[in-house]
Amino acid sequence: MKTDTTYKDLSPEKIENDLLQTVNWSRSHKLWMTALTIGLVVCLYFYYTQLRDGLGVTGMNDYVSWGIYISNFVFFVATSLIGMLISSVLGLLKVKWITPIARIAEMIAVAFAFVAGLVIIIDMGRPDRLHHVFVYGRIQSPILWDVVVVTTYVMLSLLLLYIPLIPDLAICAKKEGLLPKLQRRIYKALSLGWANTPAQFKIIKNGIRMLAVLIIPVALGIHTVTSWLFAMTLRSGWDSPIFGPYFVSGAFVTGCASVIILMYVFRKQYKLDHYLTDRHFNLMGKLLVLVSLVYVYFNINEIIVPAYKLREAEAGHILDLLVGRESVMFWIVQVGGLIIPFLLLLLKPMRKPGPAALISLIVVIGAWFKRYLIVIPVQLQPYLPIQNVPDSYSHYMPTWPEIWITVASFIMVIMIITLLAKLFPIISIWELQEETEKNQQS
Amino acid sequence: MAKSKNKLQDATRRKFLQKVGVAGVAAIGSPTIAFSQEKSKRIKVLNQNNELVEVDVSSVYPIKGTKQEQTSYLQKRGRKGLPNRKFVMVVDLAKCKNARKCMTSCQSAHQLRPEQHHINVLEMKDDTNGQTYYMPKPCQHCDNPPCVTVCPVDATFKRSDGLVLIDNERCIGCRFCIAACPYSARSFNWLEPKDADKYKDQPYDIEKNVPQKKGTVTKCVFSADQLRENELPYCVSACPNGVYYFGDANEDLVTNGTTRQTVRLSKLLKENAAYTLMKELGTKPSVYYLPPRNS
Repeated sequence: MKTDTTYKDLSPEKIENDLLQTVNWSRSHKLWMTALTIGLVVCLYFYYTQLRDGLGVTGMNDYVSWGIYISNFVFFVATSLIGMLISSVLGLLKVKWITPIARIAEMIAVAFAFVAGLVIIIDMGRPDRLHHVFVYGRIQSPILWDVVVVTTYVMLSLLLLYIPLIPDLAICAKKEGLLPKLQRRIYKALSLGWANTPAQFKIIKNGIRMLAVLIIPVALGIHTVTSWLFAMTLRSGWDSPIFGPYFVSGAFVTGCASVIILMYVFRKQYKLDHYLTDRHFNLMGKLLVLVSLVYVYFNINEIIVPAYKLREAEAGHILDLLVGRESVMFWIVQVGGLIIPFLLLLLKPMRKPGPAALISLIVVIGAWFKRYLIVIPVQLQPYLPIQNVPDSYSHYMPTWPEIWITVASFIMVIMIITLLAKLFPIISIWELQEETEKNQQS
Repeated sequence: MAKSKNKLQDATRRKFLQKVGVAGVAAIGSPTIAFSQEKSKRIKVLNQNNELVEVDVSSVYPIKGTKQEQTSYLQKRGRKGLPNRKFVMVVDLAKCKNARKCMTSCQSAHQLRPEQHHINVLEMKDDTNGQTYYMPKPCQHCDNPPCVTVCPVDATFKRSDGLVLIDNERCIGCRFCIAACPYSARSFNWLEPKDADKYKDQPYDIEKNVPQKKGTVTKCVFSADQLRENELPYCVSACPNGVYYFGDANEDLVTNGTTRQTVRLSKLLKENAAYTLMKELGTKPSVYYLPPRNS
């Protein structure tokens, strides 16, 4: 077996020092958080107007009754799935290069899945009646399934973030001078008496493996159930038996791209070039190519099969996408946001950190609009004609309050990731130390 | 309140279904259970003019009590269907001239904004001869209702008498039912409902779905409040052109809302080649259409 030279210059002490330097409360970090908070408060003002005046402040109407809140929800759930692919599937397959990336993927999973839960509340006409879901919940409704799996996924993702953190928390707790005393005490409590004993390592590794197995069906569950919110209806265009795998395969595309972007930001911001190396970007780029190909395959099935037949009920929707009023967005998203990026990523220079991050950003933007194309156009092609309503009901354009409220959800995700990155080492110290030691022995 | 009390007294005056029942007995020669039960459930009460009147026991609800108590009473009562009934509507498309009296009477009864429709008269095009015809489209009150299946909180529900109602005191406004309904029959209160101030002290009548509530879904209820009082739905009795028949599939009889003529349901459907909308979806609608002719 080829010896891994990725971290050849790193001693355990250097790893510890380098990776702990990000855990602090720097001035720039405080400024950044203040800016985010101000942005969030401004956006939340628009949510207040929505609470006061009703969902009528949005561009939704009786025909397009699910707008960008729901497509954004789908996007968030999709992005959160990457935690499962990287830390569980690749982890269980004993893929070594993911060691410094797993925690980043898990942070994305926690942040996006948690905020997805809030986004769905934003879309409710009566958020004050949220408790009705628990008091009167009916098990037939896919919404109940979604509540159950999303909550479970957030919990499992939190555990999968926390348990590998325990040895690192013990390290943080010992770092005098760097952090306030109270914070170190909290780390100590959270490290649950960690003392680096072989027995403890055995427990923690078993625990991680067990969670990694458990989270796979739950992660598949959250996105499959999310696709069922559409596929379980009789609407042509949503009424598709491949919606589950179609959504899951798409989820890995936006998830991989998000991880590459976040890796790039952390690498630049915290000078982690020795840890998030070109090799990692190269491999993540390849992974993105693979998942994109799978997604392209599902897209071909989802579009070409009904487009070939043009059954009356589906023709309106399919033609809208291919040549009609949604065609400009559709082709930009499919070609610009999926095909061209994966073709570019086939070239090695494009998998360098800079180009890979830029391509990933385009993929993520494309993925967001792809969810729009899945959710909205179908509703503009109901079985019966749209008549005797204002002209605005026959199309959909999100309003500014709606857009700002959606921006708020992104700000929340960024805040959660920033906080996690400041509270805990971004890269697992103990796992990396263990790996470099093994490499040196071999 | 006063208005609905007057209606209680009127209940004896226009018992269209009772007439239907008598006709049914004569025609079929066997007693119809619905009416024998109804007789035993009537009680005598004094109205505010000190007249002794007879009302159906199920129409009586306490006027005393807080708004919340009255609402709860109506909610509980409205969950159960009228016993042994199976309400159906027949829409004769050949007769519809787009008068839209059904739409306006419905919107005023249910306190709807002009763009909100429980019943909507659509201009349709005939596939074979290219001619247009008008098609009133209420909720189809499906026997396999996709909206009810997806509701996460049992706010919208199917009654034993075939009606699909909604409880806007329970609805969380997720709009899954709107997404699930292939007939686009549902509407949402995107803003404060029309005249919300005027009706804010009224108890919520689940069978009429008024007062409307911001942030909840509203839909056609086949005028369940009228049916309880043996009257025809608002849209049916408002029609000037004899488009609508309404009645009970168990009795196999429907009454025309304009002419008040009662006919056999099965015969009407068979002789006129009746159909239901989008039969292939398997929703099993309670609304039948008689095809447009010579339009």
